[in-house]
Amino acid sequence: MNDDQHILPTIEVTRRTVIETGTTALLLGALPHVSVAADAAQGGPCPISAELRVNGHPHKLVLDPRTTLLDALREHLGFTGTKKGCDHGQCGACTVLVEGRRINSCLTLAVMHDGQSVTTIEGLASGEDLHPMQAAFIEYDGFQCGYCTSGQICSAVGMLTESRGGAPSYVTADLTRPAVELSDDEIRERMSGNICRCAAYPNIVAAIKEAAGKMT
Amino acid sequence: MKSFTYERARSTAHAAAAASQPGVKIIAGGTNLLDLMKLQIETPSTLVDINHLPLDKVEETTDGGLRIGALVRNSDLAADLRVRQHYGVLSRALLAGASAQLRNKATTAGNLLQRTRCYYFYDISKPCNKRVPGSGCSALAGFNRIHAILGGSDDCIATHPSDMAVAMRALDAEVETIDREGKTRRIPIAEFHRLPGNTPEVDSTLTPGEIVTAVTLPPPPPGTQVYRKVRDRASYAFAPVSVAAIIDNVRGRVRSARLAFGGLAPKPWRVAAAEQILANTAADARAIDATADAALKGARGFGANDFKIPLTRRTLHGVLGEIART
Repeated sequence: MNDDQHILPTIEVTRRTVIETGTTALLLGALPHVSVAADAAQGGPCPISAELRVNGHPHKLVLDPRTTLLDALREHLGFTGTKKGCDHGQCGACTVLVEGRRINSCLTLAVMHDGQSVTTIEGLASGEDLHPMQAAFIEYDGFQCGYCTSGQICSAVGMLTESRGGAPSYVTADLTRPAVELSDDEIRERMSGNICRCAAYPNIVAAIKEAAGKMT
Repeated sequence: MKSFTYERARSTAHAAAAASQPGVKIIAGGTNLLDLMKLQIETPSTLVDINHLPLDKVEETTDGGLRIGALVRNSDLAADLRVRQHYGVLSRALLAGASAQLRNKATTAGNLLQRTRCYYFYDISKPCNKRVPGSGCSALAGFNRIHAILGGSDDCIATHPSDMAVAMRALDAEVETIDREGKTRRIPIAEFHRLPGNTPEVDSTLTPGEIVTAVTLPPPPPGTQVYRKVRDRASYAFAPVSVAAIIDNVRGRVRSARLAFGGLAPKPWRVAAAEQILANTAADARAIDATADAALKGARGFGANDFKIPLTRRTLHGVLGEIART
């Protein structure tokens, strides 16, 4: 058993407590400072300060440099909407937007993003109004179990920014044309970094197409 | 992941000086290095973050080529209009690699310096000379579907996984570096990656502390540029075989040909004799067969990768047929 497990509070976390009170997020947010201190006492790495602007709000953190951006978001700041799938950059469940660009948050260190802005699934909606991409995923049933969905949606939002900027993909027939038309093939290729174990792909493509049309 | 100390580089010279110390690794995109650190294949004691250094520009050179900073992200390079218009093979190769998220992070230098995806290199319970020198090669008699048919040795048959480097090989790129004394040099891409021999743990010809600052491309060569990647799924997979081709056809005859192959060897593979055989022909089936014979000279399968030999031949036919039709 490691130190982290010793200091975990003995409460039963249910989906309801999370939704109704946000208790888990608060508790998890408070934990890691204890584990960093424990590491340092054992001759572990020197903690590093970093400030992340997450969904518009600044957060000062003191982190073990090993902390990935994904773990900083989930375990230190309580943004558990971003999911850990493979933790090796192969599934896309952890996709977030950093300075507006989609990346795998599992394959980067939080301290490498000091001073940068991060948008997670929690930051896409405006109050009660869902982001058009979120609304389209619901309308077109773009998920089954939902585990990959926050990554899919963040990735799709980043993908639209890229394609509107004229970025080509492997299936773009003419690379020299500065504009891109977002066909189904283009969407599939551009979203290939997000795996859906339930294979909701046809509905994901339909949802993205719908949102792309609404967001023009 | 093992503990390490994290530092931010103040300058390129500082990074090179730091990198010459044992246990120090440079981190840029981190998409390969952090993956390897999580598996404890890489265990640096210090990481030096160079993301803030001004090495992120694509600039035109005075001779009409391009100079690509070491930190230019793969997605930015692929989307650069100058690259799309004049070095299409490079843009297409970049877009064939990894996923959009990874390309947004991965850098030009990091792409060149990424490690093999050999299953045994990744499996720390198995012998691997590249990971633990002298421990043996598990791939030679193991499952070697993704392994080299050319350029390997009795100690290692790992392939280099990059698509970008294959296109750069066809374009005769040069790698610019700086060492710990501040000395710069330009390494032809052909000499940048090395064959394993009996020291497979060394992937490149960089000296300790020498870091990549840029990759330069000569002026665009004449001809049609194609990058064809054959893989197990349509996207987001490494290539068993890929071909970067630049073919200058005049009135149905090949004036000059450049052919670089990925997935076959520990480095992008290019055979001058094969290109010479294709030149001055009409690129008919017989000429393509003779070209493939020369390109595959010395090729050897190890069981599960035997298929790469006929697949390379067929891919070459497909690519040259595609160019002939344009």
